[in-house]
Amino acid sequence: MDTQRRKFLKIAGVTALAGIGAPALVRLSSSTALASEHGAPPAAEHAAAAAHGAPVETAPQGVRLGMVIDMRRITEQPELLDNAIAACNAAHNIPQFDNRKSEVKWIWKAPFANVFPGESSYHLAKSVEKTDFAVLCNHCDDPPCVRACPTQATFKVKENGIVAMDYHRCIGCRFCMAACPYGARSFNWEDPRPYIKKYNKDFPSRMRGVVEKCNFCGERLALGQEPACVEACQGTGAIVFGDLNDAQSEIRQVLDKEFTIQRNASLGTKPSVFYIV
Amino acid sequence: MIEKTLKGKPAYWIWLAFLGMLMAVGAACYARQFLFGLGMTGMSRDVSWGLYISQFTFLVGVAAGGVMLVLPYYIHDFKAFGKITILGEFLAIAAIAMCLLFIMADLGQPLRALNVVLHPTPSSMLFYDMIVLNGYLFLNILCGWVILTAERKGVHPPKWIYFFVYLSIPFAVSIHTVTAMLYCGLPGRHFWLSAIIAPRFLASAFAAGPALIIIASLILKRVAGFDAGKEAMNKLVTIIMYAALLNTFFVLLEVFVGYYSNIPGHKHSIEYLFFGLEHHGHVYDNLVPFMWTSVVLNFGALGLFAWPYARKKNEFLLGLSCVMIFLALWIDKGLGFVFAGFVPNPLDEITEYIPTANELGITIGIWATGFFILTLLYKIAIGVEHEMEQ
Amino acid sequence: MYNKGTIIPGLIIFVLFVTFPIWFNGLKAGDLPKPELPPGGEKKCVMPVEYMRANHMQLLNDWRDNVLRDDNRAVVEIEGKKYRKGLQMACMQCHSNKEKFCDNCHTYAAVNPYCWDCHLTPKEAASKEETH
Repeated sequence: MDTQRRKFLKIAGVTALAGIGAPALVRLSSSTALASEHGAPPAAEHAAAAAHGAPVETAPQGVRLGMVIDMRRITEQPELLDNAIAACNAAHNIPQFDNRKSEVKWIWKAPFANVFPGESSYHLAKSVEKTDFAVLCNHCDDPPCVRACPTQATFKVKENGIVAMDYHRCIGCRFCMAACPYGARSFNWEDPRPYIKKYNKDFPSRMRGVVEKCNFCGERLALGQEPACVEACQGTGAIVFGDLNDAQSEIRQVLDKEFTIQRNASLGTKPSVFYIV
Repeated sequence: MIEKTLKGKPAYWIWLAFLGMLMAVGAACYARQFLFGLGMTGMSRDVSWGLYISQFTFLVGVAAGGVMLVLPYYIHDFKAFGKITILGEFLAIAAIAMCLLFIMADLGQPLRALNVVLHPTPSSMLFYDMIVLNGYLFLNILCGWVILTAERKGVHPPKWIYFFVYLSIPFAVSIHTVTAMLYCGLPGRHFWLSAIIAPRFLASAFAAGPALIIIASLILKRVAGFDAGKEAMNKLVTIIMYAALLNTFFVLLEVFVGYYSNIPGHKHSIEYLFFGLEHHGHVYDNLVPFMWTSVVLNFGALGLFAWPYARKKNEFLLGLSCVMIFLALWIDKGLGFVFAGFVPNPLDEITEYIPTANELGITIGIWATGFFILTLLYKIAIGVEHEMEQ
Repeated sequence: MYNKGTIIPGLIIFVLFVTFPIWFNGLKAGDLPKPELPPGGEKKCVMPVEYMRANHMQLLNDWRDNVLRDDNRAVVEIEGKKYRKGLQMACMQCHSNKEKFCDNCHTYAAVNPYCWDCHLTPKEAASKEETH
């Protein structure tokens, strides 16, 4: 396999151009969205390190993508969350089942009491009680689903911390669904295609018998775009996305300033999704 | 020795035909599931494991239970088990075969099952489960076959086989320990997140496995003229009693921890199992009648075991108490344990699980396959036994 | 040899049975498949045609691992056009007709890859057009 890859790269080097050097692209794909946010210096620094062949994963702190969801904005404009969910569903060819049993969800809405069952909902602020929270995969830094998967079909991308799925490899044992303490995973109980309303031709669907979940829009990041849900809330600051390990990033500015909570942090999974209530 | 399976009384063939029919039904149901997907089952996004995995969990116990014969016979030289140890080893083979079939039935992409071997992942408990289950299956086939062949030839079994016999003992313990670890290492599933799961599994296994062997012995005594011997039966009953008592003790400890600590996560699943869980004005209590049946059967069987007349003099009552304890443990572990772990789900919502007819068809088909294998293996074992007696 | 009368006819029947697909078609392998060239007239593929013919499945597997597992989504550029690595993203941009290109050989070789269980052919994608 390796010799073939090398052979391919050799020939491809003549006929095709791999754009910028591959290591730089690795860097680019994980944080193009962020680079544009906070100016050149940190990105250039990373890119330089990568170009010198320093593997990203050996850096003391790699990229760890995360998200802050500002529920105050969503309380003001609840339609933001609907737009974000619709954008995700459209971008990822997510089927819409009308029964709860077969549901496939990447990002969805649920009341505070359900999203934070460990927190008290006793005499909750009325605004919080009335607003639905956004729920999605936490892309944990120490994900139990990855630990449980017997085939590495779900794994942590070392370049950016995304907890990703390889649908080609998943055997459908659903161990990850039992392991996930956030209920973020869905299984394709049947062929999803008839339940996809409209296709995004740039993204595959899934097949029956595999588990799926939010991928932090890895495919969009590669094109320098923001995740679909973030883009849907553009300009409102409702969802901030970026590198948690980059002190200059917008998400870090927000985290430094605001008090945030994470879902069931006591389990030690280190969720990468934060909520401002 | 296989030729022994080809000669039998009409009842033997009728029994095999009956099992074969159930197997055909199971195969037809599986074909439907294979073509449509696991949507044919009652499993859902919230209760993502159902009857298949719960049967698997229970049957791992039945397989491990065989060690309760192997250990006294080979380690403590308890001679009375000489005739029936082979029944324990062959039961383990049939039970593991069912386990593997249940896992295959549960996979969303069964054709990719070998990915577990192609991409070995030592962090996953399923990886170790694959190793110990297949290892235990292999060990039991090897030991059972070699020892039975030696017996038939009227010679002592070769010395090397004892290495594998002794090895099968830790393997028996490990299959059920690793199966418990599938559950008890998952954060956020409070009902399973308990260090007592593995000991509890082993205790119930050491009751359920031998109970099935007593039932089988009683049937074989009637239909095949095979007598396990009074002493062996009495010793098995003692083993079952202590194991069932330990299991009951462990379950009660879980109840204590849940209710005395009063931590909702620890309490909810137990509440769901025994009293029904109230949620937004609706009480979810599908499993309540099953669980209380299990409790009644469990204590009823323990009472019968404690009565010397029932366990020593009356074979009907002995058989009945074994059936009762087997059913009690089957409900406790083969239904309640797995299903309740998913209630409530991580978002504090409740979805109840009801298996579909197709799912039941597959489940029955796999059980029938297991009993089919067991019948053939026992036919061989007893055929050899009779040959010796002549 | 004992039981010559049963063994030899038995062997003959066995050999006839296992060679059924060969003699049933009159010892012919059937017409060779002619996969359709890209309707858009593109001439250059990411690799020479011989390589693609023999190894496209390995290439696709490598791409899959690059994109999904190694976060290496480097763009492939051919004659000024850029393609993202992937069956749907690169291959089917030119080889847009799955039935006339992919299936042509796959049916002949009796292989049934599961690519299109997930990946959309242009035709399939167009059947439920996404409109923004």
